[in-house]
Amino acid sequence: MSDALKTTVQEAFSEPACAANRAKTAADRKKGCSKPLTPGAAAGGCAFDGAKITLQPIVDVAHLVHAPLACEGNAWDNRGSASSGPMLYKTGFTTDLTELDIVMGKGEKKLYAAIREIVERHHPPAVFVYATCVTAMIGDDIEAVCKAATAAFGTPAIPVTVPGYAGSKNLGCKLAGEMMFRHVIGTMEPERTTDCDINIIGDYNLSGELWQIKPLLDRLGIRILGSLAADARYKQVAVMHRARVSMLVCAHALIGLARKLEEDHGIPFFEGSFYGIADTSEALRTMCRMLVERGAAPDLLDRCEALIAEEEAKVRAELEPYRARVQGKRVLLYTGGHKSWSVVSALQELGVEVVGTSVRKATDNDKAKVVEIMGTDAHMYENMAPREMYATLRASGADILMSGARSQFVALKARVPWIDVNQEKHEPYAGYMGMVDLVRAIDRSVNNPMWADVRRPAPWDEPRAFAGIRPAPKGRCPVSGLSNDPKDFEDC
Amino acid sequence: MAELIRPRRALSTNPLKSSAPLGAAMAFLGIERGIPLFHGAQGCAAFAMVHMVRHFREAIPLQTTAMNEVTTILGGADQIEEAIGNLMKRASPRFIGIASTALTETRGEDIAGELADIMARRPDFAGLKVVYASTPDFEGALEDGWSRAVTAIIDALVPDVDPMFCDRDLRQVNILPAAYLTPAEIDEIVRMIRAFGLKPIVLPDLSASLDGHLAEDWSGASLGGTALDEIPAMARSAVTFAIGESMRAPANLLAERGHMAVQVFPALTGLKAVDAFVSALMRVAGTDDAPPAIRRDRARAQDAMLDAHFQIGGLKYAIAADPDLAYALSSALAGMGAEAVSAVTTSAANPIVGAIPCTQVLLGDLGDLEEGARAGGARLLISHAHGRHAAHALGLPLLRAGFPVNDRLGPQDVCRVGYRGTRAFFFEVANVVLAHPHHPAPEDFGAAPIEREFEHDRPQTAPH
Repeated sequence: MSDALKTTVQEAFSEPACAANRAKTAADRKKGCSKPLTPGAAAGGCAFDGAKITLQPIVDVAHLVHAPLACEGNAWDNRGSASSGPMLYKTGFTTDLTELDIVMGKGEKKLYAAIREIVERHHPPAVFVYATCVTAMIGDDIEAVCKAATAAFGTPAIPVTVPGYAGSKNLGCKLAGEMMFRHVIGTMEPERTTDCDINIIGDYNLSGELWQIKPLLDRLGIRILGSLAADARYKQVAVMHRARVSMLVCAHALIGLARKLEEDHGIPFFEGSFYGIADTSEALRTMCRMLVERGAAPDLLDRCEALIAEEEAKVRAELEPYRARVQGKRVLLYTGGHKSWSVVSALQELGVEVVGTSVRKATDNDKAKVVEIMGTDAHMYENMAPREMYATLRASGADILMSGARSQFVALKARVPWIDVNQEKHEPYAGYMGMVDLVRAIDRSVNNPMWADVRRPAPWDEPRAFAGIRPAPKGRCPVSGLSNDPKDFEDC
Repeated sequence: MAELIRPRRALSTNPLKSSAPLGAAMAFLGIERGIPLFHGAQGCAAFAMVHMVRHFREAIPLQTTAMNEVTTILGGADQIEEAIGNLMKRASPRFIGIASTALTETRGEDIAGELADIMARRPDFAGLKVVYASTPDFEGALEDGWSRAVTAIIDALVPDVDPMFCDRDLRQVNILPAAYLTPAEIDEIVRMIRAFGLKPIVLPDLSASLDGHLAEDWSGASLGGTALDEIPAMARSAVTFAIGESMRAPANLLAERGHMAVQVFPALTGLKAVDAFVSALMRVAGTDDAPPAIRRDRARAQDAMLDAHFQIGGLKYAIAADPDLAYALSSALAGMGAEAVSAVTTSAANPIVGAIPCTQVLLGDLGDLEEGARAGGARLLISHAHGRHAAHALGLPLLRAGFPVNDRLGPQDVCRVGYRGTRAFFFEVANVVLAHPHHPAPEDFGAAPIEREFEHDRPQTAPH
């Protein structure tokens, strides 16, 4: 790791705004918050992966991965961030380094040429250049190449110096925010600003989740000025310093960015979630309160309360028909931890029983919340091995598993319904209307007649009445041509 | 479950139904060295032949008695005799299946009686088996004509055995497949039966005649099918299995002739339906276990159900097909949580219509399918190839099933029965859904579009 990268990583770990970090001793803080990886038992993505996830939803930018093929070739086009316009972000760009490029040190030249080709053919507002393990190790100076390319082609080339071996996916998300702060934010000015301009940080508009929230903001007259990076345009990242308030959506990873926006540009931030009814209302309330504190017209608060009352009544009415269909179903929750608790309380309102939850990434605060909602800590799992989870599910310990894609097949192979609640999901579950979509998805999954069918014993596993004895086959087998006639054997 | 609705109207828009004589002709083509003969005007045979040629992409030896105005009025026995004589000279078939048409049935002829006279006075027809099925175009649909033809074959060629003294073959199984089963599906059914050490006799057997193979010589009759001497031997089988409710009548007749048990399987698509069939095979074979190949196929079908339920669960679709096919596909899809918003069928004669999982089943046409799909918000249409017009009008994908499929190659290779066919069918449906993804947009959720100022002003290339 280069010294510059080391310093960046060290800074990312000593995040003062992070509650978990503040609680640590000075020595612990220095170690950082990513747990060391265990060879042979590691799962999850690398820092490059995290950076790419965070930035790829910027839809009009060309994302160029400077690496041998694996980094982009094995990973592109696999996320469901939606765009309302440009589709350039879905195009996979990579320098596809060969052995010769690496041995002869041609990486930088190839990168420069690749940036030129992108600018000439696609005219993007910017090119993001991602460093990776190999190019970082052989010492390609991506920042210098980007600087030269920017000057030569007149299109910003933004270095994202987050090679995979720097650490975990979470660290990559953090560093991606840092890169934006260093190279992009503040480089453009909006045509106009309003009292109700906000930044949304840490949402990725999966399957259009942002647009489940946006009608609410539209009705309150709140404008999404900056976005990192749900349905974002490059300019929306570049003007983030002009918003009045930042909302950090269920993501501790980008808290450093939010804090820096506050320190350098005076934009206060809050953490909120749009999953579940209560959290959505709470987020809207906080957002409006902070906007008013920063000078928005005070009637925003009343309009916000009226909207919340109306929407909550509407969503409860829409959920009611599902009550009979999901009541009494037992859910095992296996996610990052904190972000789904509001969802859980909404499900509990409908009579769904939560039989267990993982608290892998949860903080002590989160764990306290679990105990508060569940009434006991008996059903908290720190970590559950697939085999153990399979056994629990197979023994009908739960009617449905809500988790990320990694445990999908544990559930399916145990013949138990599964709902995707992580970033690879194909349905949007945000805001009030998303809650209805989620409950509909649960209903559709758990009440699918297929489950009864697939769990039924095979004909050969059922108890059968004695069917009598059949005579031995006669003649020749139509497949093998061998004779079934015992006389033939006597002859030979 | 379903209520059969007969729309009160005069007009049929975009017909769904193919006629009964066509079904009978198809069944006769499943007999070795057989030739179907339409007793009617020349055009009846020409239309039906072109229909089959375009579906199977094979030469179809369908012939006609070429009735004209005079022979229609005076009676067509001479025409039949002449037609048989000419076919004997030109193609030397061993079997001729005669299907009546609306024309001759409207006049009314005692063809069975006439035929008996002809066969008695013509010693040169001695080696030939001639079977007659009454299949007026104005009654029933393709599957009814098929079923009647099979009944006629059994009636003419299967002897009444003495149950005390017949040499019963307890490992021989009669299979009477419904009209919708493709050659590949017959192959799969036969494979499953043989896996249990049983010997199937399939009547009629399209898997040897219309499977699409290159023969070494020009035939002039069917290229294969059920062997003629196997048909009387069916009386000695242990059991008769009918696949499809439309085959109940011929199955009952066969069981009566052979004094054996009969079982009707309404469908062989979907895990439960195939389990019932396998269970029956195990009973006949006298085993409480299944061969490894069958066990593996079932486990793979289960896995396909798990993988495909994400796409099929909650899927709204509209289906139009003959009753047996409509039931087979819709019951399998219902088992996966899909919802039929509209079901259209062709024949009221088949009681399975009542079991189609849709609140109403229309006795109608593809115009009904289009309207029902639009009203119900269907995302997929299932019908034969003519459904493409409705699919185009609605902007929906069409899954081709039934007869005819004349705008795609290889309809005879499609297999949707057995554990393997069930797996393939679920993948087929799920893939249609995956091939037509919904791209979310702000307006879907009632969100305002993004402000113009944030957009990059230079034109960008759009890769999609």
